[in-house]
Amino acid sequence: MSPFTRAGCRALLLGFALLLSPLAIAAEPPTVAAASDLQFALGEAAERFTAETGRELRLNFGSSGNFRRQIAQGAPFELYLSADEGYVLALHEAGHLEDAGVVYAVGRLAWLQPRGQGELPPASAPLAAVREAIDAHAAGQGRPRLALANPEHAPYGVAARQVLERAELWEASAPLRVLGENVSQAARFALTRDARGGLVAWSLALAPPIAARSEHVLIPESWHAPLIQRMALVEGAGETARAFYAWLQQQEARAILAGYGFRPPDDGFRPPGDGLRLPEDAGP
Amino acid sequence: MDWIALSVSLKLAALTCLLLLPVGLWLGRTLATSRSRAKPLGEALVALPLVMPPTVLGFYLMQAFGVEAPFGGLWQRLFGEGLNFTFEGILIASLVANLPFAVQPVQRAFEAVPANLREAAWCSGLSPWHTLWRIELPLVWPGIVSALALTFAHTLGEFGVILMVGGAIDGETRTLAIAIYDRVQAFDEAGAGIMSAMLLLASFLTIGVVYGMAGRRRGCRG
Repeated sequence: MSPFTRAGCRALLLGFALLLSPLAIAAEPPTVAAASDLQFALGEAAERFTAETGRELRLNFGSSGNFRRQIAQGAPFELYLSADEGYVLALHEAGHLEDAGVVYAVGRLAWLQPRGQGELPPASAPLAAVREAIDAHAAGQGRPRLALANPEHAPYGVAARQVLERAELWEASAPLRVLGENVSQAARFALTRDARGGLVAWSLALAPPIAARSEHVLIPESWHAPLIQRMALVEGAGETARAFYAWLQQQEARAILAGYGFRPPDDGFRPPGDGLRLPEDAGP
Repeated sequence: MDWIALSVSLKLAALTCLLLLPVGLWLGRTLATSRSRAKPLGEALVALPLVMPPTVLGFYLMQAFGVEAPFGGLWQRLFGEGLNFTFEGILIASLVANLPFAVQPVQRAFEAVPANLREAAWCSGLSPWHTLWRIELPLVWPGIVSALALTFAHTLGEFGVILMVGGAIDGETRTLAIAIYDRVQAFDEAGAGIMSAMLLLASFLTIGVVYGMAGRRRGCRG
């Protein structure tokens, strides 16, 4: 039986119509591109927003750099929350965003380790476990891993590298380091029994599913460049995305973010300051 | 160009081929000549990694490799460390992921050898080993070369599984495919471009080898 009978053609057309139908629905929830350190905090914020306004959102978590690239290539995101403000500013320069956006949070780095994996370092010496792992490996007692996000492209990885370099542990930790593709994966790696722990986003360490199986200690902010997180509306964003963007700047949303360790920005809008690293533009 | 990543990839691909060659031969021949009712089940199990999402395979392997899991724990007791984030770990992952590529072409080749040829050889007094060596292998070697080429190329490009269990360690688990991903993420299009071109060339050569072998197989039947 050939598919090119009249009925077959109709079935084929119907199939195509069904495949294309998502493109035809106009008022679907806007898609938000968010850095993976927001995995839990933004989920809670979005739930609250939906409960209050009745508007649905679709959240996409991943590496800030990846989203920057996708938005530059015209991906249909309406709101972009980056862990590295440089990405937002670069996209704005290239004309993909409505404006330079606002700083919504300042991130913090923490030492995270599985519960019962040994002594939790004291707040006064948060890198004690890193030194301990390096010593254990040098003494031939296995290979306790140290997890971090990839410093080549993940903001929290860059910060972790700065912290280790400042303590002159970067070289010594080389044989023990495992790199997560983004900070969420780094946290996942840090909590395997193969790892002594890892340097990850404090916001993840505070999230209930992770807090239940781990312990953490905060890394002093002065040990790395500030993790200034900026968000902006993408060119052509719809009404719901705009409402969420405005709502995220209200007290209630800031309180949720603060619960996950995000320090609120000193003021809503910070123009690009000195010493700001603009990533090389990848071109159109 | 990340030479360290290339060397990790090449080492991984070569070892995967080497270890899967006897497995592929034995399984391929067993499945080709089997008349058992369990044969479809065996074929399905061999083909499973072909249709399973690499991240799913990676997820299960990550669970199994942990030092708290029976397999990972046993490995740790034997060799002093778990399998996650090690070259041995991505090698085992690679062996599982490539099973269908190593078995299926060999199985097809053995299936093309007429059963009466084997029986004639036995009647002529050749031992089964002798028959395999002198009669069957010369007939199925195009299938074996195809299997090796596919396994090699597929290992070079393996991404999802290795991303899950590897941890991108320089010189140990950062393969070429992972390095390409990292370069793209770091906005280094030039670096990613060179490495991608290498993998493209490798894939192209592989397909050339596989199709060339398929032609030979047709030739020996005609």
